[in-house]
Amino acid sequence: MARPPANHPLLEVRDLRVEFPTRRGTLVAVDGVSFHIDPGEVLGVVGESGAGKSLTGAAIIGLLEPPGRIAGGEIRFDGRRIDNLPYEQMRRLRGKEIGAVFQDPLTSLNPLYTIGRQLTETILTHLDVTPAEARERAIRLLQDVGIPGAERRIDHYPHQFSGGMRQRVVIALALCANPRLVIADEPTTALDVSIQAQIITLLKRLCREHGTAVMLVTHDMGVIAETADRVAVMYAGRIAEIGPVRDVIKTPKHPYTIGLMGSIPKIDRREARLAQIDGAMPRLNAIPPGCAFHPRCPKAFDRCRVERPDPIHVDRSHVACWLYDRDDVRVGAVVDE
Amino acid sequence: MATTLDSDPKTTPGLWARFLDSDIFYSFRRSPLTIAAAIVTVVCFAGAFLAPWIAPHNPLDLSSVDLMDAYTPPVWMAEGNPRFILGTDDQGRDLLSAIMYGARISLIVGFCSVIFAMALGITLGLVAGYAGGAIDSLIMRIADVQLTFPAILIALLIDGIVRAAFPRDLHDQLALYVLIFAIGLSYWVQYARTVRGSTLVEKNREYVQAARVIGVRPVRILFSHILPNVIGPVLVIATINLALAIITEATLSFLGVGMPPTQPSLGTLIRVGNDFLFSGEWWITLFPGVALVTMVLAVNLLGDWLRDALNPKLR
Amino acid sequence: MIAFVIRRLIQSVLVMIVVAFVAFSLFTYVGDPISIMLGQDYTEADRARIAAELGLDRPFFVQFARFVANAVQGEFGLSYRLARPVDELIAERLPATLELSLVAAIFALVVGVPMGVYTGLNRDSWLSRVFMTVSLIGVSLPTFLIGILLIFVFAVHLGWLPSFGRGEVVHIGWWSTGLLTVSGLKALILPAITLGLFQMTLIMRLVRSEMLEVLRTDYIKFARARGLTNRAIHFGHALKNTLVPVITITGLQLGSIIAFSIITETVFQWPGMGLLFIQSVNFADIPVMAAYLCLIAFFFVVINLIVDLLYYVVDPRLRADRGVAGGHTG
Repeated sequence: MARPPANHPLLEVRDLRVEFPTRRGTLVAVDGVSFHIDPGEVLGVVGESGAGKSLTGAAIIGLLEPPGRIAGGEIRFDGRRIDNLPYEQMRRLRGKEIGAVFQDPLTSLNPLYTIGRQLTETILTHLDVTPAEARERAIRLLQDVGIPGAERRIDHYPHQFSGGMRQRVVIALALCANPRLVIADEPTTALDVSIQAQIITLLKRLCREHGTAVMLVTHDMGVIAETADRVAVMYAGRIAEIGPVRDVIKTPKHPYTIGLMGSIPKIDRREARLAQIDGAMPRLNAIPPGCAFHPRCPKAFDRCRVERPDPIHVDRSHVACWLYDRDDVRVGAVVDE
Repeated sequence: MATTLDSDPKTTPGLWARFLDSDIFYSFRRSPLTIAAAIVTVVCFAGAFLAPWIAPHNPLDLSSVDLMDAYTPPVWMAEGNPRFILGTDDQGRDLLSAIMYGARISLIVGFCSVIFAMALGITLGLVAGYAGGAIDSLIMRIADVQLTFPAILIALLIDGIVRAAFPRDLHDQLALYVLIFAIGLSYWVQYARTVRGSTLVEKNREYVQAARVIGVRPVRILFSHILPNVIGPVLVIATINLALAIITEATLSFLGVGMPPTQPSLGTLIRVGNDFLFSGEWWITLFPGVALVTMVLAVNLLGDWLRDALNPKLR
Repeated sequence: MIAFVIRRLIQSVLVMIVVAFVAFSLFTYVGDPISIMLGQDYTEADRARIAAELGLDRPFFVQFARFVANAVQGEFGLSYRLARPVDELIAERLPATLELSLVAAIFALVVGVPMGVYTGLNRDSWLSRVFMTVSLIGVSLPTFLIGILLIFVFAVHLGWLPSFGRGEVVHIGWWSTGLLTVSGLKALILPAITLGLFQMTLIMRLVRSEMLEVLRTDYIKFARARGLTNRAIHFGHALKNTLVPVITITGLQLGSIIAFSIITETVFQWPGMGLLFIQSVNFADIPVMAAYLCLIAFFFVVINLIVDLLYYVVDPRLRADRGVAGGHTG
């Protein structure tokens, strides 16, 4: 199923800016975010709630809720600009090329229709098949996502499934037209802890089998460590650090990432106390000048309070921090492209 | 989003300044229709309540009424008389004054019945929500049964009972109170349901539990902790109910079971005027009708706005 | 399913008993039926005789049981005002009211639902604003004023339609219908619009707000993310989910149309039950009032039952083996 590698990334986001106009001025929820996802790659996006990760995902599939809007930058899918597509063209892309999995499986499915109907209607929307073929495909998908007795269960209603089973159905729905990219927005947050690992494993396995790239939005570093190839750490609407997952976890560079890693308890290391970051992420209407993290940053210096840092190449990562804007650090940096 | 911006701790000067800066006032200022509705409401209410002092004539004072003036059309028509701007009715009463006095009665009935319904509904809702168990199910069952009947039918029924129980002339004297009682009794359910709902939610909050543990009396808990949380929705219901109560009163009076012709409300005026519609004296029924609709429409617009302003999510 | 229906039936019977009790209390405690029947001059012997005849000397519950037994058979005694059996009076008037209510209800639904869907989907279009403004005026216009206005314009001014009565009726058995003659149909138009207009605006506003509510849900967002067409999302997913609350409220509204016909019937002198009732209230004609009350309650209970069954058809969650019933009661 894997497609031949293209010479451009599958998804390319450049300088994305998402704004919410309010009566007291415009809130910038996503500010100058740039990243890319290669075919078949899993990009994890982490950050606290309100950091702009979900909005970035919504902007990509063109489902920002008004009054939110894309105010700048561009999004390219397979080399083609999609952030300014007319609704109908974008609709054809959604589900067919870019699938989505939302946070809450309990509310993602229409309670009044059988899961079979919801699956076949999606398949029939995007693929040129007969209703009988669509149903067959739906049953196969349900088997694929590990629903026992799929032939029988296909005619059941969402309320007859448990939360974990419903999320499997949601994943089947996201994958049913074989999209090349899936945006999974906190796919396990609403689930029982014991089921979370199963769902992540399933998502990972299916995407590898189908060669599907994934943008995995979560606030769970554990999930990222287990699943992602690369990870982007977001803070207050910007990317603080982006790089290969191993590097970001083992040798975090941005002070925020360092704090974030410190706040995950590790069993193998005995530490006197859990490290934590003082304070809280600023509200969107009160983002400080300079680096948004500087009021909480233990290593902040004068420049951080005045100038906003852009991502700087450090080793195999990009880090938006003035600490690394020195020639001695830059020397020896490995280019990852 | 907008609401979260408000709780900035730096902006806590006077209450008035805070009101002017609030989202509610902002949405008010932004909507010309709402401002117009507010102005119309104030004018109508002022005209009605100040009728004894500002009305050009006193329609209830029979000595000032001359039958010779009967059926005078409005002033802009050929046979109009500048003394009667909107014309006169079949007994020669000045229509504008009659409308002002009538609106006064309509509003008195409207306000009193809303207050009555509110007091009854809030009390029963608080009791049902706080006590729970059998008391709760009894109250809510009664509410369910009553809700299956339209308010107008219940009001009619109560009126019919009173009519059967008291002699006619006594009934006419009591009409105002009967109407308030009948209309109030038919609109309490919505308050009770709303208040009960949020009482159930608030009851289990930590601060209420804590208050209970330290021995605060239930009545105090109800009124100082739970009630403030339901004021918003109750206010919205009350505004819309005021419009409904005015309509209900007018309807009952129109049906001939409300205010008697000796103490006419707007509905009574329309009822009386209706008989002259065919003979060409359209103004006798039209102007009280327009007054009624204007008043109700203005109040409804305010209610709509209030509901939207208090529920930013629903916009 | 059967358990659900039985539970609803029991609830309905309870409601009917409560209403019957209210009606019976009217009979027993309000006014003095004997003095009304005998007039001013009567002896104690007359009084005792009539009391015995009517069973008024019996214990309270025996009287109530008898009242219920009679009521079930449609026996409500004689009208004080017209001195005729109440069931006869009502049977005469019933067809007029039911025909009017039915036509008004169909009008309200057929016009109200599409307008609600349209305004819900195109919230900011100018036509939606027009609809919303019109609906607010509709809610603010008392039914009787709408009637008066329609009469003034179409009957008095233009002279196109009759202003009162039912026109010519055709008798089919005991049922009289105005639907089969031209004059009957013409006479029906204005009252039906008058009666239906208020319900129409209510239904429209309800459908609109439910539609807006549903369009915000996660499953609609997910449906969009799946790339379904707007048509499928709006009419397949959103509309069906608005049906449950719409059916409930609409059911209640249809019930209240029958009661609201009191006003319309008064304005148009429509010879139905409502007109009979209002005349009875004016005259304190308790037997007719009691009978009307029971009949209206019966209609409500039946409509509620149908609504509950419709619920059952629409919402699979209610069909679950667990036998979970919805929050709706009454």
